[in-house]
Amino acid sequence: MIGSDGDRAVDDRAVEAVAVEVEAAGRVFNAGTSRQVDALVDVDLVVGPGEFVSLIGPSGCGKSTLLRLVANLIEPTTGTVRVNGKSAAEARLAQDYGMAFQQAGLFEWRSVAKNVELPLELKGWDKAQRRQRAMEMLELVRLADFAEHRPWQLSGGMQQRVAIARALASHPSLLLMDEPFGALDEMTREHMQAELLRICGAARTSVVFVTHSIPEAVYLSDRVVVMSPRPGRITHVIDIGLGTERDTDTREDPAFYTKVTEVREALRGFQVDDVADAVREVVDG
Amino acid sequence: MNAGRVVRSVWPPIVFGVAFLGLWELAVVVFDWKPYFLPKPSSIWSAFVDNVSSIHSAAAYSGGNALVGLVVGTVLGVAMSFLLMRFRLLNDMISPLAVGLNAIPIIVMVAVFNIMFAITSVTPRRLMVTLVVYFIVLINVAKGLRQVEPTHMELLRSFAATPSQVLRKARVPNAVPYLFTALKIAAPVAVITAFVAEYFGGAQDGLGQRITSNLASSRNAVAWAYVLGACVLGLAFYLVSSVLEGITNKKRGIVPGGGTR
Amino acid sequence: MTRKVAYFLLALILVAGAWELYKVVGPPEGGEVLGWKLLPRANDVAMPHVWTMAERLADPESRTAERDNWQVVLEGAWYSFRLALAGFALGATVGIALASVMARFGVVRRGLLPYLIASQTVPLIALAPLVVSWSGRVEIAGWEWPKWLSVAVLGAFLAFFPVAVGTLRGLESASATSLELMRSFAATGGQTMRKLRFPAAVPFIIPALKLAAAASVVGVVVAEISTAQRGGVGRLVLEYARQATGDPAKVYGALLGAAGVGLAMAGLVTLIDRMVMRDRPHLDELAR
Repeated sequence: MIGSDGDRAVDDRAVEAVAVEVEAAGRVFNAGTSRQVDALVDVDLVVGPGEFVSLIGPSGCGKSTLLRLVANLIEPTTGTVRVNGKSAAEARLAQDYGMAFQQAGLFEWRSVAKNVELPLELKGWDKAQRRQRAMEMLELVRLADFAEHRPWQLSGGMQQRVAIARALASHPSLLLMDEPFGALDEMTREHMQAELLRICGAARTSVVFVTHSIPEAVYLSDRVVVMSPRPGRITHVIDIGLGTERDTDTREDPAFYTKVTEVREALRGFQVDDVADAVREVVDG
Repeated sequence: MNAGRVVRSVWPPIVFGVAFLGLWELAVVVFDWKPYFLPKPSSIWSAFVDNVSSIHSAAAYSGGNALVGLVVGTVLGVAMSFLLMRFRLLNDMISPLAVGLNAIPIIVMVAVFNIMFAITSVTPRRLMVTLVVYFIVLINVAKGLRQVEPTHMELLRSFAATPSQVLRKARVPNAVPYLFTALKIAAPVAVITAFVAEYFGGAQDGLGQRITSNLASSRNAVAWAYVLGACVLGLAFYLVSSVLEGITNKKRGIVPGGGTR
Repeated sequence: MTRKVAYFLLALILVAGAWELYKVVGPPEGGEVLGWKLLPRANDVAMPHVWTMAERLADPESRTAERDNWQVVLEGAWYSFRLALAGFALGATVGIALASVMARFGVVRRGLLPYLIASQTVPLIALAPLVVSWSGRVEIAGWEWPKWLSVAVLGAFLAFFPVAVGTLRGLESASATSLELMRSFAATGGQTMRKLRFPAAVPFIIPALKLAAAASVVGVVVAEISTAQRGGVGRLVLEYARQATGDPAKVYGALLGAAGVGLAMAGLVTLIDRMVMRDRPHLDELAR
């Protein structure tokens, strides 16, 4: 069954295929016009089973575009994207992944439970099964008591938890998240990060997580992928190596600070002046 | 390219319009529809061209009534909205009344106005338009005066601004786009109201009566030509108020909130 | 809510009070202000007392009639109400259907939307006499077009446009996030329409229905007036207005009937609003 904690033991679900495999992918918008944007150029990314990978970078670096390529919400102009050993489109049609956005995007006319049931409804599950799975997911995010509430009766953090419950409703092996905690205040955010690790750890879900926040990326991930804009590309991939048991103490661990600094330096790396580069070259000989 | 986008959004309505007219013309010929049912678009057009001057004077008459009512109604509506701003109790009394009146076909009151004033007078029609425009302008401008950004209000309060300063510096500027939105709604409604008021009898110079009289003498194509004239009048009022709105918006660089009927 | 109703009645009482006050101070044969005949005639024929209006409702309709005035008005109002309801239902159905087609097919949307918007600026009611003239003269396979159908069709015509515009806006109001979500669920176009777009459109359709209800009432009443259609409250207004020199207060009863039709339709839409929007915030509660 589920691998033991502490180690990255292998899960015996069908994971011969890596979770995500992006090869030489590129995406251009408005090709051939004056408004052409090279959102992504020659991107390679591999996400292993049960791995938590963050994408971080300034605006325009293509991290959201990359996520949407994996989600098959847009098509790559070059290269390939494979999810769970299938093409991205097949994976989407087979509902192999769940997705969460910055806005929780709950339907205001449905109760919390019915919101979680939505993907199952679309797949044609029968009523009893849907309800059972929905309650199971709400238990997981610790919101079972709010099953019959309306979304607007819930706080931002609670709505995002429902959104995560919905994303995991069909028990996908991959979770794609686009700055899901961006609209939350700092304390709620830290709490949600811990919850997310707990939920994904229990199910050994792979996660691709887009964020603006360096501490968030470091806290959550096994690897942090640093990207830069114009054109969008990956510049660094940083192994975090803080282990799988992470809690509030982790944020105060010196190793945590080291990694945060490493990511920050990587992000600043491409802002260095060409002139400064040239000077250094001359000085260093 | 910009030109491409303009073309893309312009050709569908043109195609639909031309197709509609074409089918209409064809149907009348193929099904042999009698003119008392639907005349051909081509006969309507020629009737329009033939009667242009009478259509023009009838439109000027109805349009004149609409314009008078529009101006007076706007002035009264704006004045009243200031009063409502100042006296909250008045506001609480007037708004249920305004909402209730929205549901009622108050146009029927023209029958009573014709009795109160002489039926030959032009006042009943202008009064009706004034009334209808008044409520539209009142509701919208009152909303604009009231719904100032809370941040702006807090700022002015921190400057120890007096109520009249708040009025001048924040409320009135905020309300201007609402006024023009109201005008955009009220202008065509004024035309429609002036028009409908003519059905209640009285002076025979307007578009409404021309339509019924031509219909009575079985000159259907001419009647439709007057309908066309009425549509042109309504559109003209709408376009002018739209342009006015556009000018003021451009000067301010902002977009107004949606208006209420 | 009761507060609003109380204020409404208070406002009506004030209006009645102003009416009577004018009768006391106003010129009996009307007057002029700056050369314009702006002051209505204050005599009892042109402006009956408010209590006379009320009394008149209780009296028999005319010297020879068997029924009381209020019964006649009620019957006329009921007739007009049914026509307005039919027009409203027809117009709303067609409006929603067309908006769905427009939301689905961008070409249709771009082609028809300018006409929809323009239609709200032109006096569509100008077509009233024309449509009504079809009665008794148009035949479809032996079935003769009845006059009341023209009236209902006009109501439908006026009701259709606000519903089409409002529904279209509502169908297009679904957030980009929600649409991406449905796509990530591999939902079909039909599923997205049924489970996302339509429910999201409801808060937009409701205010449009309110406009449509009022529009259909106006359409029906004006059609009745412009064509002297028997049976409805519009006809009563016209008739009683003509009798006003001899019987001044009667017409006000008919006006009350017309108002009643409008209020009844508004009440119906409010009922629909309450039922459908039970658990949801309204549009104006969301903004700001």
